[in-house]
Amino acid sequence: MERVPILKIGAILLVSIQIDMEDQVALQLQEDLADRIVATGCHGVIIDISALDIVDSFVGRTLATIAGISKVLDADTVVVGMRPAVAITLVELGLSLPGIRTALNVELGMDLLARERFQDEDEDEDGPDNAETPVVPAP
Amino acid sequence: MNEPAQRIEVASDQDVVRVRQLVRTLAVAVKLSLVDQTKLVTAASELARNTLVYGGGGWVEVAQTDNGRRKGIRIVFSDQGPGIADLDLAFTDGYTSGGGLGLGLSGARRLVDEFDIVTAAGEGTTITVTKWCR
Repeated sequence: MERVPILKIGAILLVSIQIDMEDQVALQLQEDLADRIVATGCHGVIIDISALDIVDSFVGRTLATIAGISKVLDADTVVVGMRPAVAITLVELGLSLPGIRTALNVELGMDLLARERFQDEDEDEDGPDNAETPVVPAP
Repeated sequence: MNEPAQRIEVASDQDVVRVRQLVRTLAVAVKLSLVDQTKLVTAASELARNTLVYGGGGWVEVAQTDNGRRKGIRIVFSDQGPGIADLDLAFTDGYTSGGGLGLGLSGARRLVDEFDIVTAAGEGTTITVTKWCR
C-alpha cells in the first residue's frame, strides 16, 4: 500500500497528497499524522490537495477528521490548493467541510497558521493581564 | 458509433480507484468540460464505493454514449447485495445505514444529468447514470 509522506518544515507539518488515494491510504494518513504531531510537537498542519482532481465524501470526511484530531492535539490544520472544479463539485455534493480552514496555496496557509499562533500567544499573555486590569479601588 | 462498454469488477478499494481513472479517461475522450468531468468522476467514486461497501462488491460498466445530438458517458453500477428497501430514506441527505456521511447516493444524483435506480430488498441494486456534454 502506498503512503502519503509527511514533511516537517520548521514548526509546521506539510502533507502534499500527490496520488489518487485508496480509502485505506487516507485512513493510514490520519494515523500517521496524529503520530507525527505528537512526536514533533508541531502546532500547524498544512494539507496540500492541489494535485487531487476530485474530493469525494470519503476524502472530505477524512480531511475533517484530521482537522478534528489535530485540534485536540493542539495543532491547527489548513487545507490548501483546492482546485475550482473540486470546490464546485464538493458544494454540489453537499459537503461544506465545516471546521476546516482553507487557504489558496501553501504560502497563504503558512501565513494563516502563523497569524493564528500569534493571536493564540497574544491571548495567553493577555489572559492574566486582563485579570489584573480591573481597577479595584483600594479600601 | 458507440465504443463497447468497459467493465471493472469491484471487490476492493483499489477497484474504486480504477473506476475513477477509467471514468476520467472516457470523460476526457468525449470532451466533457473540466467541471463536468470532476462531477462525474466524483459521482462515480461515491457510487462505486457504495457498490463495494453496501453491495458487498459487484461490477461497474463505463461507456461512451450518443443521443444523436450530444455525446456523453453512461455508467452502470451493479451489485447483488441486500438492495435498498426504502428509497426515499436512502436519498435523504445525511441518512446512512453504514458509517458514512449519508451523501453518496443523494449527492451523486445531484452531480449527474440522468440517474436511474433499480433495487428491491434482497435483490441487489443497479444504478445507471449519464452525463451529457453541454
